Amino acid sequence: MRTGRRSAHRRARVSPLRLPVIWLAHHLQVALGSLGHLLRNPLATGMTVAVIAVALALPAGLYALIRNLDLLSESWNQTATISLFLTMDTDLEQARALAAELEAHRQLDQVTLISPDQALSELGSYSGFGEAITQLEENPLPVVLTLQPTPDLWTPAALERLAEEAETRPQVDFARLDTQWVRRFQAILNLAQRGVMLLGGALALAVLLVVGNTIRLEIENRRNEIEIMELVGATPAFIRRPFLYTGGWYGLFGGLGAWVLVALALVLIQGPVSRLAALYHTQFPLTGLGPTASLTILGGSLCLGLLGSWLSVGRHLGAAQPH
Amino acid sequence: MIRFEHVTKRYPQRGNALRNLSFELAAGEMAFLTGHSGAGKSTLLRLIGLIERPSRGQVVVNGRNLGRLPARKIPLHRREVGMIFQDHRLLPDRTVFDNVALPLVAASYGHKELQRRVRAALDQVNLLGKERTLPITLSSGEQQRVGIARAVVARPPLVLADEPTGNLDPELSREIMGLFERLHRVGVTLLIASHDQALISDLPYRTLTLAGGALIKDTGTR
Repeated sequence: MRTGRRSAHRRARVSPLRLPVIWLAHHLQVALGSLGHLLRNPLATGMTVAVIAVALALPAGLYALIRNLDLLSESWNQTATISLFLTMDTDLEQARALAAELEAHRQLDQVTLISPDQALSELGSYSGFGEAITQLEENPLPVVLTLQPTPDLWTPAALERLAEEAETRPQVDFARLDTQWVRRFQAILNLAQRGVMLLGGALALAVLLVVGNTIRLEIENRRNEIEIMELVGATPAFIRRPFLYTGGWYGLFGGLGAWVLVALALVLIQGPVSRLAALYHTQFPLTGLGPTASLTILGGSLCLGLLGSWLSVGRHLGAAQPH
Repeated sequence: MIRFEHVTKRYPQRGNALRNLSFELAAGEMAFLTGHSGAGKSTLLRLIGLIERPSRGQVVVNGRNLGRLPARKIPLHRREVGMIFQDHRLLPDRTVFDNVALPLVAASYGHKELQRRVRAALDQVNLLGKERTLPITLSSGEQQRVGIARAVVARPPLVLADEPTGNLDPELSREIMGLFERLHRVGVTLLIASHDQALISDLPYRTLTLAGGALIKDTGTR
């Protein structure tokens, strides 16, 4: 070879310090290029993004629903009270002394004493057996102490421990904590959470397949370009890059779409939920996905897009060898 | 620059495309590869461009034994080999500038250097001013010149051309040959596959003639 010919590798003169800048500039260029490519085909892009968004919105929406039901059950626990039925031989004086003792308990907010007369009167007015009750020779009802736990004490286990502790007192016949149904409800919620996780996994697989298939078609459409790039010396990483970015964009836009769908759904059902809560003389503002769940959806969908395209590129790019 | 040592290329369906082929091409040399259709010209070029590997024998280019070159080094090898095709192989949705810039983009050249080299390559093939044009609007001869500009833009020491004048009329063919001679004068090694005997015989360069995958005639360096 003649010495007058300049080598193909004059770019070796590029300062090593500039190489990362060139590399980053290339990545930015490819990322924007693939975004531009997607935006130039709005219909096809929109359809793929919509499929991903719906697939991700389903588990995300169910997650939001379960989260709200969980918060609701917590509030039910916070209103739970413990009823202490005292022994029949405990008189009112002893009961007041016990109430005073319990009021000093750090886990109790309030202790209310219900005397046998008061209880019998309430029973008479609410049960509809008022006449029959007046015929009783003596009051068969014991003194009852209603314990209101502090708001920080809301888990069923903690409430149960408190009830057991109160029951150990000699004046107490038995304690009743009516949160069993709340525990069952929470068990159902736990089961539903698992179900959402499984559904999320299945739909994540669906997203992988959607992105993978879209990228496969993209590779088919650009086979000529890929072959030419290989012939002019592009590395496999260089050829893979635009497809990976395309998958990443699909995932990110799909995640954004899912987030918007869930947010819209929550806005739409807030009205009926508020009206329902008002019927129970309470308020229940729905809780959105929150920053952590939102970031998880966006990050997860981005990763799914990248993974789907990476799998597809690994499988189908090898077939695009130059002819 | 190029050394073939008892090279055989066998395809499972078609049998031997090249048979026990041996020759050398010195650096800076310009040579023609001729023969009828199916003689093995394109296969030989594909072996040099590492699009395929030999079934037997050694292909050594620029001191590298291509049969043993690891896959990760193939892109680097291809950057040192400019390839020109009969059908130009241009990207129809990219401008002339973008088509010519492909080898530089693939090799991560900086923006300024890329601009400078693409303009220089287009100037070399008299297409300066057509940078923003889409290839489809160009004549066949102009498209082939874009293909040549793309092949030489990274200044590879070796250029391979597979029937570069196959679709061109005699006048345009001579124009393209003129471009190759200019490249040859600045030291580029050129191996041009062509079955256009009339065109080749007018030019004072070495000619390798293939028939049935074997080298049947080598005029040697003239």
